[in-house]
Amino acid sequence: MAIFINEDSKVIVQGMTGSEGQKHTTRMLASGTAVVGGVNPRKAGTSVTFPQGEGTVDVPVFGSVADAMATTGANVSVIFVPPAFTRAAVVEAIEAGMPLVVIITEGVPVKDSAEFYTLAERKGVRLVGPNCPGIISPGKSNVGIIPADITGPGKVGLVSKSGTLTYQMMYELKDFGFSTAVGIGGDPVIGTTHIDALAAFEADPDTEAIVMIGEIGGDAEERAAAYIKEHVTKPVVGYVAGFTAPEGKTMGHAGAIVSGSSGTAQAKKEALEAAGVKVGKTPSETAALMREILS
Amino acid sequence: MDLFEYQARDIFEKHGVPVLGGVVATTPEEARAGAEELGGGTVVVKAQVKTGGRGKAGGVKLARSPEEAAAKAEEILGMDIKGHTVHRVMIAAGARIAEEYYFSVLLDRANRSYLAMCSVEGGMEIEQLAVERPEALAKVEVDPLVGIDAAKADEIVTAAGFADDVRGDVAAAIQKLWTVYLEEDATLVEVNPLVRTEDGAIVALDGKVTLDENAGFRHAEHDALEDKAAADPLEAKAKENDLNYVKLDGEVGIIGNGAGLVMSTLDVVAYAGEQHGGVKPANFLDIGGGASASVMAAGLDVILNDPQVKSVFVNVFGGITACDAVANGIVQALEILGAEANKPLVVRLDGNNVVEGRRILTEADHPLVTLAVTMDGGADAAAQAAAAAA
Repeated sequence: MAIFINEDSKVIVQGMTGSEGQKHTTRMLASGTAVVGGVNPRKAGTSVTFPQGEGTVDVPVFGSVADAMATTGANVSVIFVPPAFTRAAVVEAIEAGMPLVVIITEGVPVKDSAEFYTLAERKGVRLVGPNCPGIISPGKSNVGIIPADITGPGKVGLVSKSGTLTYQMMYELKDFGFSTAVGIGGDPVIGTTHIDALAAFEADPDTEAIVMIGEIGGDAEERAAAYIKEHVTKPVVGYVAGFTAPEGKTMGHAGAIVSGSSGTAQAKKEALEAAGVKVGKTPSETAALMREILS
Repeated sequence: MDLFEYQARDIFEKHGVPVLGGVVATTPEEARAGAEELGGGTVVVKAQVKTGGRGKAGGVKLARSPEEAAAKAEEILGMDIKGHTVHRVMIAAGARIAEEYYFSVLLDRANRSYLAMCSVEGGMEIEQLAVERPEALAKVEVDPLVGIDAAKADEIVTAAGFADDVRGDVAAAIQKLWTVYLEEDATLVEVNPLVRTEDGAIVALDGKVTLDENAGFRHAEHDALEDKAAADPLEAKAKENDLNYVKLDGEVGIIGNGAGLVMSTLDVVAYAGEQHGGVKPANFLDIGGGASASVMAAGLDVILNDPQVKSVFVNVFGGITACDAVANGIVQALEILGAEANKPLVVRLDGNNVVEGRRILTEADHPLVTLAVTMDGGADAAAQAAAAAA
């Protein structure tokens, strides 16, 4: 099973012919992902050769997402285009009816995100990101930039705003393995939320326990806590980064800022604990809490 | 990026929002000239600081003549308002106010849309109004794909309960303010107060605007709005090198990759510091995914130039970036910096190609560099080193 992506996922890459797109398409292919095409209107009809195993594989380039879907049956698109072109790329994927669109691009204007999120919601399209590392269901499919070699398949589900904290936590729990790890991104407006991922993990028979990683800013963790209390029966362990972050300073992610009393790590920790979630003070302590549950 | 009031006023004017005349001044003499430019009558001298409550702090004063404007500017310039030094005042034309209203439109993160807030009871701090008289503050969701059109503006003024004789003009001003929000890529446009003058005009008397820096690529003109003088010199230097750096007030310099991991590193160092004389993180510095030698050198350069820094903790999880590249970056950075590198460095590497990364650092055997095996261990060693040097 796993959530959002699995062995049946057929992936196209918007921006595959660019340098980031090529680099990560190589990595996605190497970890066994079915990358079935790229999109670039100026290079339609060509193909890009990638290394695969001992040999190579030619991935066709299509002129539009709709063409790529019609020819390949793709059901996931991953976007690596620069911020100025992201809105158009996402809108194209949504209007073509792509069910899942993963937006890796960092630095997308929040107005663009609010607009394409609203459109996606109306069309029933799931967005992940922007400014996220993507999704990995180890051994099945890897959409985005999460390193595939940290750990393998297992029973833990992970949802996180942060890319490198996702890697850190996968590493800390590498002996258990993961059903799926989802990096939802740290922007103020994102598609898939903690709650969406928690709901999917709760419904996924392959997932036994869930790690939820949050950070300062906004109230997504507080809302996730309320959701957990009502709807999640599987054990959840939480971590929140930014306990020592001062007020009014943006910590790297556009959404990571404490303003007044809202958005603090302490408030998020308390909300999660009130919902029965065990919260670690550090990544290693969080991993230890998960170990207790799984052993 | 938050704008000063005078910058917001200029942007409002550009988009046709009704505003009064306003001139920015950095000296009493400029204030006098500004008051003359506005006709020589009564003006308001307003401190330009990016914080609220400046009226109470004595940062807003009435002046009846250009001479008085100069005198009031003299009093206000250099004043400290909640930790913000006043470097500029705005000389604003006076207005006879009949009524004060409130309007804002902002990003609504929770609903991933926009929210318009409006009240016929403006003037006071909106947080206070929201708590004391929540029923007086209308909140109306704005669809990002539609915005505030005539129908939405009408819905907002109806929800706020405006009287019939002003609702048309207020709705028109709201639509202009929406244009500011949309066309400038703002995440907040707030007017408090929006006033009706005694002669019946609707005017934005004060303005707060926050611009989305991610949208800078379509607003070259926004660059000039940045208050470069106010930035911490180390932050300014980091920005020149495209480093994501925030100066804090501790002793342990931090370099990491990825915003979440760096934030987490700050926490772990602060906890470790509790065991070592209370030392704290000195900064947030995210070198991003591609930690090249030059980026690492630029990052180390910024941190080592902070006189408060006593030790440095480099915490990298090699995801896309391989640890050997990071290790080479550190070695080369130390070569580039030479004698400038004079504080102990604790390095923790994990992930992609970690064995090779650690080997490179072990072989380089730099006298300042210590390797740590875990994030917790590295934080502890760096805190200890900072405490020992303090």
